[in-house]
Amino acid sequence: MEYEAVIGLEVHAQLLTESKIFCGCSTKFGAAPNHNTCPVCTGLPGVLPVLNRRVVEFALRAALATHCHIAAASRWARKNYFYPDLPKGYQISMYELPIAQHGYVTLKLNGHSKRVGLTRIHMEEDAGKNIHDAHSDASLVDLNRAGVPLLEIVSEPDMRTPEEAGEYLRSLRAILQYIEVCDGNMEEGSLRCDANVSVRPQGSTALGTKVETKNLNSFRAVEKAIQYEIQRQSETLNAGGRIVQETRLWDADREVTRSMRSKEQAHDYRYFSDPDLLPLTVAQEWIDTVQASLPELPAERRERFMQKYNLPSYDAEVLTTRKDVAEYYEAAVHAYPSDPKILSNWIMDGVLRVIKDEKLDTGLKITKWPCPPEQLGALVRLIDEGKISGKIAKTVFDEMHHSGKAPETIVTEQGLTQVRDEGALAVQIDQVLAANPEKVVEYRAGRDKLLQFFVGQVMKATQGKANPQMLNELLRKKLSTDHQ
Amino acid sequence: MALYNLTIHEASDLLRKRQLSAQELTRSVLERIRTTDAQVHSYLTVCETEALQQAETADRSLATGGPLPLLCGIPVAVKDVILTKGLRSTAGSQILAHFVPPYDATVTCRLREAGAIIVGKVNCDEFAMGSSTENSAFLPSRNPWDLSRVPGGSSGGSATAVAAEQALAALGTDTGGSIRLPSSFCGVVGLKPTYGRVSRFGVVAYASSLDQVGPFAKDAQDCALMLQAIAGHDPRDSTSVNTSVPDYQASLTQGVRGLRIGIPKEYFVEGMQPAVEVAVQQAVAEFAALGARPVPISLPHTEYAIAAYYIIATAEASSNLARYDGMKYGYRAPQTEGLGETYRRTRAQGFGSEVKRRIMLGTYVLSAGYYEAYYLKAQKVRTLIRQDFLKAFEACDVIATPVAPTTAFRLGEKTADPLTMYLSDIFTIAVNLAGLPGLSIPCGFDENHLPIGAQLIGRPFGEEVLLQAAYAYEQATPWHLRKPPL
Amino acid sequence: MRISREEVQRMALLARLELTATEETELIEHFDKMLSYIEKLNQLDTDGVEPTAHAVAVPSPLREDQVTNQADTEALLQNAPAREADFFKVPKIIE
Repeated sequence: MEYEAVIGLEVHAQLLTESKIFCGCSTKFGAAPNHNTCPVCTGLPGVLPVLNRRVVEFALRAALATHCHIAAASRWARKNYFYPDLPKGYQISMYELPIAQHGYVTLKLNGHSKRVGLTRIHMEEDAGKNIHDAHSDASLVDLNRAGVPLLEIVSEPDMRTPEEAGEYLRSLRAILQYIEVCDGNMEEGSLRCDANVSVRPQGSTALGTKVETKNLNSFRAVEKAIQYEIQRQSETLNAGGRIVQETRLWDADREVTRSMRSKEQAHDYRYFSDPDLLPLTVAQEWIDTVQASLPELPAERRERFMQKYNLPSYDAEVLTTRKDVAEYYEAAVHAYPSDPKILSNWIMDGVLRVIKDEKLDTGLKITKWPCPPEQLGALVRLIDEGKISGKIAKTVFDEMHHSGKAPETIVTEQGLTQVRDEGALAVQIDQVLAANPEKVVEYRAGRDKLLQFFVGQVMKATQGKANPQMLNELLRKKLSTDHQ
Repeated sequence: MALYNLTIHEASDLLRKRQLSAQELTRSVLERIRTTDAQVHSYLTVCETEALQQAETADRSLATGGPLPLLCGIPVAVKDVILTKGLRSTAGSQILAHFVPPYDATVTCRLREAGAIIVGKVNCDEFAMGSSTENSAFLPSRNPWDLSRVPGGSSGGSATAVAAEQALAALGTDTGGSIRLPSSFCGVVGLKPTYGRVSRFGVVAYASSLDQVGPFAKDAQDCALMLQAIAGHDPRDSTSVNTSVPDYQASLTQGVRGLRIGIPKEYFVEGMQPAVEVAVQQAVAEFAALGARPVPISLPHTEYAIAAYYIIATAEASSNLARYDGMKYGYRAPQTEGLGETYRRTRAQGFGSEVKRRIMLGTYVLSAGYYEAYYLKAQKVRTLIRQDFLKAFEACDVIATPVAPTTAFRLGEKTADPLTMYLSDIFTIAVNLAGLPGLSIPCGFDENHLPIGAQLIGRPFGEEVLLQAAYAYEQATPWHLRKPPL
Repeated sequence: MRISREEVQRMALLARLELTATEETELIEHFDKMLSYIEKLNQLDTDGVEPTAHAVAVPSPLREDQVTNQADTEALLQNAPAREADFFKVPKIIE
């Protein structure tokens, strides 16, 4: 039987606040163990939580950017369970009355738009970290992360394929990065994802038994794990088996999901409203202020880029996934407005390639651009004006990146200006043709492809500086005239 | 008269006139602890050296003259659920037997800032769960009026320390009557402030929506001074309310003329010890004689308070006490196999029976399938109880009731049956559920020479009125002046 | 009895309390008494009554997003039952 998958994602986004959600400890990553801690986040007797205003503001930003309804009053709840990384024996979270509900994210996949619903967004505190050493009979606990603010963003089970899930996650990440609440780094764990997957016979509207998969710390893991689950569940059902409602772990090395050994107790989190925190009320003025401060979001910007710069959907998508890339692109276009599409190519194939190869980005920010956007504009201007060839431009680009010099300077200093002098070119061509008489004969006998050979030889002789159009024309002319 | 017999206001007066030094006063109190604590067991920790150092500092301030803090040089005791930096704070539990807090509770800070001298930490029921101090993991405290009887609880050590004059005043906490019941049993003045009046930061939580810190004192004026020192908004406690704190001492002498005193019929019930009923009725008559106007009122949901309380308080407790798991601080059971066993055995060995009973009940009422029937129901009943009071306060300004149906009972008398013990708080619990201030004042003695307490309940943030009424009553009656035969 | 031994055991597991058989029996009796006492709440019609979680009716205060704490790891670790360097050391966690 053929099955259709029903997929929902639960995303945890670490918020980029200075201090923790309920105490004045730093959230900075990489501090020495237990150095970003205080009595409050280590759960000492008698401590009490006091809510960080910016956490609420970030939640509002995320909620508004995803078209959620914001609750006038929301409530903090305790989720009770024991674990060494959970210092109080409960996590402060939201349960019955979250801060935001009923939103959506619009994604583009293969040219089609799709809306994925958001069930809810709520704030909560992160747990610490347990460190397991295979050779030791003990585990170690670092509570630096305990109390770092998180947003939990729960989607509706609106996705049907692993690709859709991946695209949803990318779109959501782009939004969170645009509004500068989360750096979106999955490898470092600042964006975490659990997937709920069930399958049902094609055409059925009933929901199958849902399986939760955890430990998805890359986009690839999300898509692969969902793919695996769909296959596993379909095969189980086809073999006459039943799907067990459970939590599974993604094993990235073996690319399988594994059933988590059933914990010694059935989970019963005994949620109840946290008596240490009063209900959170958000005034309409606050919502309005946050709304007014929201930047243009990725989906709108993508549309605008397609309209305004006449970019293909793919280009617009790539350029708008990151806010800083989109801004870089627009600055380059501003510097050289004549050819937005070539600039797009140069960013995708040049700028972003270097950033990726040399890892010049960390989380939210690109730490070092290969060159300023104005210089990229200047480089493309040199090509369009015929001063350098596209090929030379690549050399110039690399040099710009390494030396930080302006493209015009590099071209002048290194004498990279194209040879546009017909006479000079003709001399080079004659020499090449004279050195390869057999190939000239072959060409004239109909092997048109040899033209590229001659182009290459002349380019070599001119160190790439020959103007390619001029060279092509001259070569063709020479090869045919001499024949007659 | 010995120095330890002084009240705060008397001692302050002498200290400021340089007729008494803080060191003399502190030494007198420490000596009193030495001679009497083997009988009453108020203290879990006495910090003699630190106390004398603080007294020396106080004396230096006193010598320089100038503006002095409110409690400068006054020796006080602090309940062991209230954290004191660098000074062992056990909450009366084995699980925290060696816990030395790295920080001060806000109320501790405020006592220090007010110049008070903390002479030690006093006994209580484990995690403030109990009505007799017999649930202390260390030893029960004893009633100074009759050593075979309990002092009440859970702040028993705070009450005995003040009654036996081992401190001029003390801090306790009250979740269901834990200040008022021992005050009444030991014949001292005790005040549970309005929820939110005093910071809970640094106070080991039992039931967070009910817990409140308050003073034990020898009279209403001292009680006002202690409250003045600790009351007020604390940005570290989200439930602390940001309203101004009145000058309690300034308004103390305003009297009760025209004050409407509500007498709820539900608090004078069948089965009460007759002497208690008589004493409280006489106190009401006394108030009338002073110009107050008794009015009959009704608090119809009173009988449901204990049931609602034992759901809400245990639910919160089950969660509040989850942090005592042997991982980061406190007791950890030795020789265990694996994490699960460490948790279970640490908590089994570290907690006493009453704490376990409450954790178990609290876990149950919050667990899947029971939450609505128990916890949510109790929260709704809590609303009804609160509404009873708000409605009653339309017809009166203060409510007068007994603190407890009986005077102090014997050690061991109620330990076999927890529910009987719980019923000791039948007249105090509703006040916590409603978040109101409640004050206990000595109003007589029974046939066994045991103190009887009357409870005055006020409007939210109406501590001022309670203290005024108590002060007026003290001016007309001798009860607060009697001393136990120690 | 209003609660079974299995239920008491399940609660003990949730609450991480190791109980002896005697303690279980005592707890079954205690629960029986308490649950029957608590039943009196069912005499009250609470339909449409809002639950009270807090006696104070003010909105949540908010703190500015500022780092105000200085690390005092030593003070926090001094009460640890076991430590290794600056970590809390706990029994091995088996995932």
